[in-house]
Formats: sequence, C-alpha cells, structure tokens
Amino acid sequence: MTDTATLASRRFRPGFWTIVAGILFLAFLTVTVIRFTKGLGAVTNLSDKFPWGIWIGFDLLCGVGLAAGAFTLTAVVHLFNLKKFEPIVRPTILTGFLGYSFVIVALLLDLGQPWRIWHAIIYWNPHSVMFEVAWCVMLYTTVLAVEFAPVVLERFGFNAPARFIHRLITPLVILGVMLSTLHQSSLGTLYLIVPSKLHPLWYSPMLPVQFYISAIGAGIGMVVLESYLSKRAFHRHLEMDLLEPLARGMVVALGIYGLMRLQAIQRNHAFGSILEFGYEGRMFLLEFTLGVILPVALMSFRRLRSDPNWLVAGAFMAVLGFVMNRLNVSITGMEAASGTRYMPSAMEIIVSVGLVATGMAVFAFAVRNFSIFPGGPIGAGPDPKPGA
Amino acid sequence: MGMGLLFDATRCVGCGACSSACKEQNKLPGPVEEVLTAYTWTTVQPREGLNVRRMCMHCEVPTCASVCPVAALVKTPDGPVVYDAQRCMGCRYCMMACPFEIPKYQWDRPVPIVGKCILCSSRIKEGKPTACAEACAYEATVFGKKEDLIWEARTRLRQKPGEYVNHIYGLTEAGGTSVMAISSVPFDKLGLKTKLPGEPPAMRTWQVLSNIPDFVAVWGVLLYGVHWITARREDVAHAEAKDNGRENQS
Repeated sequence: MTDTATLASRRFRPGFWTIVAGILFLAFLTVTVIRFTKGLGAVTNLSDKFPWGIWIGFDLLCGVGLAAGAFTLTAVVHLFNLKKFEPIVRPTILTGFLGYSFVIVALLLDLGQPWRIWHAIIYWNPHSVMFEVAWCVMLYTTVLAVEFAPVVLERFGFNAPARFIHRLITPLVILGVMLSTLHQSSLGTLYLIVPSKLHPLWYSPMLPVQFYISAIGAGIGMVVLESYLSKRAFHRHLEMDLLEPLARGMVVALGIYGLMRLQAIQRNHAFGSILEFGYEGRMFLLEFTLGVILPVALMSFRRLRSDPNWLVAGAFMAVLGFVMNRLNVSITGMEAASGTRYMPSAMEIIVSVGLVATGMAVFAFAVRNFSIFPGGPIGAGPDPKPGA
Repeated sequence: MGMGLLFDATRCVGCGACSSACKEQNKLPGPVEEVLTAYTWTTVQPREGLNVRRMCMHCEVPTCASVCPVAALVKTPDGPVVYDAQRCMGCRYCMMACPFEIPKYQWDRPVPIVGKCILCSSRIKEGKPTACAEACAYEATVFGKKEDLIWEARTRLRQKPGEYVNHIYGLTEAGGTSVMAISSVPFDKLGLKTKLPGEPPAMRTWQVLSNIPDFVAVWGVLLYGVHWITARREDVAHAEAKDNGRENQS
C-alpha cells in the first residue's frame, strides 16, 4: 500500500466523529466571520465590566495547562533518563503542540486586532506578564514543532534532518522545560495584579507556583486520558506499566498543590467563605473535591492505580478539577468584584467546543498516518518503512 | 510630579459641561452616557445628594501601563497616561488590571480599540488646561501642578473641616494618582474604590518578573546538571558491563 492510497482511501470514509468535528468546524468558521464583521460584542457576552471570558479562561488557561504533559514527560525521559517512558512521549508532544495551536487560534479570535499579534516582538514591555506570556507562546510552540518534526520528517523519508534534530534533543528539551516553567507560572502571575478583584479563595501571592504545580498534575492526568481515548478509538492496549507510576507522580504534584491552596486560603482568612456555602464557596468545594481530594485519595492506593478503570477515573477527575480551577480563577472569582454575572454566549461555546473537536480530529488523523504510538501508524496496514 | 486635576464634589452642580467638552475635544461620537464607555471618557453621576465625576485617575505608577504587553499605554512626565491605538493588539489586560476599572472597549466595532481619558495630553503640551477643567464654571474641577493641587486640597480641608471628609482621594490610592478628589461624603458612598492597596499593584508582578533572568540561569544549569548526572551514570553502567564482559572472557 502506498502513502497516497492510504490517504485517499481514508479521505472518502469519514467516521461519525469526523462528521461531528466537521460540523463544529463549520460552525466555528461562521462565528469567526460574524466576529470580524460585527465585532466582539455581537458574538460574545463580554462587556466593559467583564472583558475576559471562556476564550481566556478555558481556551488559553486550560489549553496551555493541559499541554503540560509534554514538558513533564520529555524531562522524565531525556533529562531524568527514565527511558521506559519513551513510548508515550510522542503522543504527549503531539497533544502539547495541538494544545498550543488551539490557544493561538483562540487568541486570534479573542484579540481585538489579531493581525498585530507580532507587535510583542518589536514593542517591548518587560514589566508586563502578558509580554512574557506572548514570548512563551511563540517560543514554546516553536520548540514543540521542532520536537515533533522528526515524526513528520521520517514519515516522508527525510531521515537526515530528523537525525540532526535528534542530536539536538537535550538542549531542546531543556529549553522546552524552562519555557514551560515560565509559561505555566506566568498564567498565574497574570492574576497577581488584581488583588482587589480576585476572590480570596483564589487570590494568593503564590499563584504562579500553584499554576505550575497543578499543570504538572493535570498534564499527567491528560497523558493517562489520551492513552485511554486512543485505546478505545484504535483498540490498543493500555500501557499500565507506564501509566501506574505516572499516576503516582500525579498524586505527589496534586498533593503539594492542594496543601499550597489550603495554606493560601488560611493566610487570606477565607475559610469562612467556604463555610458560608455561597456561590464562591460551593464552586471552590466542587473544584477542590474533584481536582485534589478525590484524585489524591483514590490514586494513593496501588490497587486502584493498577486498575485501568479507576486510573482513568482518577485522571479524569484531576483534569476536570483543573479546568474548574482555571474557570474559577478567571470567571467565578472575578464576578463579585465586577458587579455582574458572566455566562458565555452560545457562539463563545461553539468556538471552544469546535476547537477541541478539531484538535481531537487532527490527533486521530496523526495517529492513523504517522508513527505516534509504538508500532507505527495505526490501521494503515504494514508500514512501508519499518525503520521509520 | 507633573500636572493633574482636583475635583471637589461639594462644588459640582452636575451640569455635565465637562463631559460635553471632553466629547468635543476628543471627537467622541454619540451623546454623553451615564457610565464610562469607549466613547464617553468622563461622566458625572449623582450620588448621595452630590455629583461625582468618573474619569481616568492617571496613576503615578499606572497598572494599565505595567500590564500592556506592547507598551501602548504610557505615563508621560507631564502627568497623563496616554494610549497609542496603533500599537494596541486588543488583549484587554489593561481593562482586567485597572484597579479603578477605567479603560473601556469598542465592543461594537470589527476593528476595536480601547477608550479612556488621556488628560488632554496635547493641550497640556501646549500649556493649556484640560478641556473639562476649562469648561467647568464652578471650579469643581481645577487643573494645575499636582503639588499645588495637593496644597489647595489641604487648605480647603483645613479651612472647612466640617464640610469635608478628612481625606484626599488619590493621594495614596494604588500608589497615588494625578487626579484627586475631595468630598463631604465618604468616597465609597460616591462609588469610588476605597479598598485599594497603597502600593502600586504593578509591584506585585514586577517582584516575580524581575527574577526571570536569575531563574533562567539557575533552572537551565540545574536541568543540564540532572541530564549530565543521569547520562554519566548510564555511560558508567555501559562501561562496567563491557569491562565485566572482558574479564569473563579472559
């Protein structure tokens, strides 16, 4: 079977989920057109009182955060030399790259004048956290693209450049880990500037560290989840011997993070607002139970970690709790001070869901056509170049 | 210290001449609105039997200028915090960050920019007062050097202690501002933010950002060190395995 035949035969047999992703993608394009003809007010529920919505809270904060598996696993394999995790590095890097692409597309819609996104390159303001965020997005997306490039290059037989990149892998991984550390933490630093606006359940001078450590925990959760999803989609087996020790790492990261959160709340004297059981208190309890208490408690037991169903459940709760935390920081915690309530509009949700669906479709396409998981492209028949 | 404004709520009659003059000076479309928008940079709101002006406070260390990734917002030595619409990419971090909730956005336009008072910076350069101060017939808004305005405000508070709350709003709020206000009613009842830190919020992020160069150096060396140790361990393990093999053969 030749490459072209593989691609062509697939193009005409879209599955159910491909069609769903296609419809969502079209809806996304429609919203984009309205956004750039009628303005942000016509498609979003944003206002002068509430200028950042889910495109920042979900697309940006969660898109970057859930891509954290990439730097965590490249560090584990290439810096800590735990080579046994190598088989799951490629899907993680792909997730990272897609996550960052997702963030950039969302930013192109959210920015008032996205065609000026490059202004951060020439007009510098090193006092701005957003300036740091902009540079981290640009540089780390490049690093992820280079880290993933060998997969594409090898597929089409360009082995020499692929070998060249492989030789540079150590400095590349170090650069990636440094940029990720800066970027994950800087998303927390963004909210240091609003001490009078962010609710004391979430505001803390330690926000940068909290964001960094929780991203490592949830990033590992994502690695488990995507292994599970591709297992279901492509009938692969779950690499339990690799995922079980990863879940242990997740427990440690989330445990440290949970303690930091409790300490911060105690320093803000905000435990009272949990007991009051108001809007913020309830949202906090939901987030903290789902994202910290349950995953840490359940995944502490080896018996549960080693059971695929429990493992996936634990990882799913950690990721869900993480998403809730980012939405609470960016939306729930800011609502009281803004004097208004924010609910995303249907079109805002369409963009976010459409982008997630597109990302998953691209992931599935990549898994079918490139050597993402060990054993080459899945469902593409015998690989023409087994060495690739 | 630059130029500034002093607003005296006890003198304002709420005629709105300042808002109209502002619209005209800055060529802002539409009528004067009740709240600040991208097209209404100053407005007068009735509160507690008084009238209070809402406008940009022109902070000494502006939060908006510190957070702007492309330095589109800048504090000039004259006093105004000015905005360069040609640089702005529309991230709206200034709106998020401003402790006074001043910058507003053109939500209705496909190519939007931020709108906020720029303290008539071009008029100040020409040596003229702001349009709003010039339009005020009751001297509720007066323009001048900031130190003179502080002196004037202190004089009024001292001469008529019963008629004023003993506080100059803007002297310490968010690190101090070029626009200040005095009133006979507590400022929070006028709708002004009163629970603001005396230290500019920009300091909180700068404490983190200023450490980045050190962090990059230390973290980079540490990560390479980890790699060096683990790689070396592997080399040694290989070499030992090889040596053992030779010994067994000999």
